[in-house]
Amino acid sequence: MFYREAGQFKTTYLADQQIFPITQDRIGVLLILAVAFVAVPMLFNEYWIKAILIPFLIFSLAALGLNILTGYAGQLSLGSAAFMAVGAFASYNFMLRVDGMPILIAFVCGGLSAAVVGIAFGLPSLRIKGFYLAVATLAAQFFIVWALTKFGWFSNYSSSGVITAQEMQIFGYKFVTAESKYLLVLSIVVLLALAAKNMVRSSIGRAWMAVRDMDVAAEVIGIRIMHTKLLAFAVSSFYCGVAGALYAYAYIGTVEPEGFNLDLSFKILFMIIIGGVGSIVGAFLGAAFIVLLPIALDVMVQEWLHGIFPPSISSNLQLVVFGGLIIFFLIVEPHGLARLWQIGKQKLRLWPFPH
Amino acid sequence: MSGRKIGEVILDLQNISLRFGGVKALTNISFDVREHEVRAIIGPNGAGKSSMLNVINGVYHPQEGRINFRGEERRKMEPHMAAMQGIARTFQNIALFKGMTVLDNVMTGRITKMKANFLEQAIRIGRAGREEVEHRKKVEEVIDFLEIQHIRKTPVGRLPYGLQKRVELARALAAEPSMLLLDEPMAGMNVEEKQDMCRFILDVNDQFGTTIVLIEHDMGVVMDISDRVVVLDYGKKIGDGTPDEVRNNQEVIAAYLGVAH
Repeated sequence: MFYREAGQFKTTYLADQQIFPITQDRIGVLLILAVAFVAVPMLFNEYWIKAILIPFLIFSLAALGLNILTGYAGQLSLGSAAFMAVGAFASYNFMLRVDGMPILIAFVCGGLSAAVVGIAFGLPSLRIKGFYLAVATLAAQFFIVWALTKFGWFSNYSSSGVITAQEMQIFGYKFVTAESKYLLVLSIVVLLALAAKNMVRSSIGRAWMAVRDMDVAAEVIGIRIMHTKLLAFAVSSFYCGVAGALYAYAYIGTVEPEGFNLDLSFKILFMIIIGGVGSIVGAFLGAAFIVLLPIALDVMVQEWLHGIFPPSISSNLQLVVFGGLIIFFLIVEPHGLARLWQIGKQKLRLWPFPH
Repeated sequence: MSGRKIGEVILDLQNISLRFGGVKALTNISFDVREHEVRAIIGPNGAGKSSMLNVINGVYHPQEGRINFRGEERRKMEPHMAAMQGIARTFQNIALFKGMTVLDNVMTGRITKMKANFLEQAIRIGRAGREEVEHRKKVEEVIDFLEIQHIRKTPVGRLPYGLQKRVELARALAAEPSMLLLDEPMAGMNVEEKQDMCRFILDVNDQFGTTIVLIEHDMGVVMDISDRVVVLDYGKKIGDGTPDEVRNNQEVIAAYLGVAH
């Protein structure tokens, strides 16, 4: 009724190529941004921001990175956590070893380091595809975690291999409170998400999708396969690297290489599968599902089942429900939450009429 | 075919031989293509017709022979090089990008002409936004030309076969090629769809002067629209000439109809 594009005529290609061509969508996005930037820091308490919203944003960013590689360019990867580790440890070392290094530049350098490593481990993609490539990226996962543990230089020879993130400071302003960290993370995530959207709607994104859908035809059109695939690895690893740096600096504070293990890579992969492969909004929905749902279930179990089951059973019950929900959503819509979201919008355009 | 003038030879293939292990796909084949002409390649299944197209645009690299395109002689083509030189093609089994819309598929056809670099595209400043609009105009011209306006925002996977073939032609035309390689553009189509496709091919040839090399099994179509025909059988060339010459060639008749023993 209210979500309708009737009467909104595009008279230029520029207007037709906007990210959100429908006015109502634009208003909706502005509202979400306003809530995220203004209302959330005012209304939510520190626990919510620190333990739930910040990790949600950081994992959204990592999922976004993986989605560029797997969803758009079609290259399956199981190394996302390792690239996050590269980002975290590289940023730490840039901060440590370069005097007066601004934190944002350190994040960018962390991301770029991850991109370089990503290109190196993306080289096998030129010859192998699909599951075989996934196994090759598994090598990245194990090798990077091993290298960061083995060579003390990366963790500044700390005995346990643990690094403690330095204080974040921009132009003298110290990011100490949860709200300030949240706003910093949010700004970075919003900017990078916008850049990702711009890439996938430009010729780079079309080249990625072309290589994903039909590589021979892509080559014949004049797309350089090698260049395109490696660029996808680089951009994806950059996003994961920045996410890793934020994970260390804005969320955990002290991290060790083992924290970026295969479990975390799988978690990020699940996020894009559930959220929607090849969709920007899907990365956010998937991260919300994986990060927020267990917490919601936890609260529910605590509230409703308190005293009915012994704690050992109720905590397992939570995992059962979580697994069940994953299966449920994948059966309902194998293309993920993003597709459900799109179908919902499509329905809303006609509502309350049947056709 | 008004106003169209067949020009000089622009593609000259000399003694092309292509083997896959012990299988000889093409043996010592030579033929040429003149500018602005419609050149057909025919032959029974497995004769090596698609391999021939793959050699021309560099997907396959022949073991022997030379390829001369626009005066430049090479041992082999590379797909990227062929695209940059203005050779576009369609495939026998539709090779569209299934997850993308018609518009994005056709826009992809212009990729070699888009110059904005990575950062410009990510931030969408400078050339990036301008190019998107500029190339969209060209793409819309192609979409108008092939009469697929109504489906421009549909993902190609959802389109019927005949329209997918047309979208693939649109993607090839978007590159404004000087030479168009068509691999069975009318396979699996009904009579009306075939007529449409013939009309489009002739219009492309006539209006844009595009040279066309086409593989087709429908002999009526081949004899009607092509200027010259080359006939392959078991990887060897058995006939070459105007449709009339080929039709009366004993070897060709034998290959198609068999010989009495």
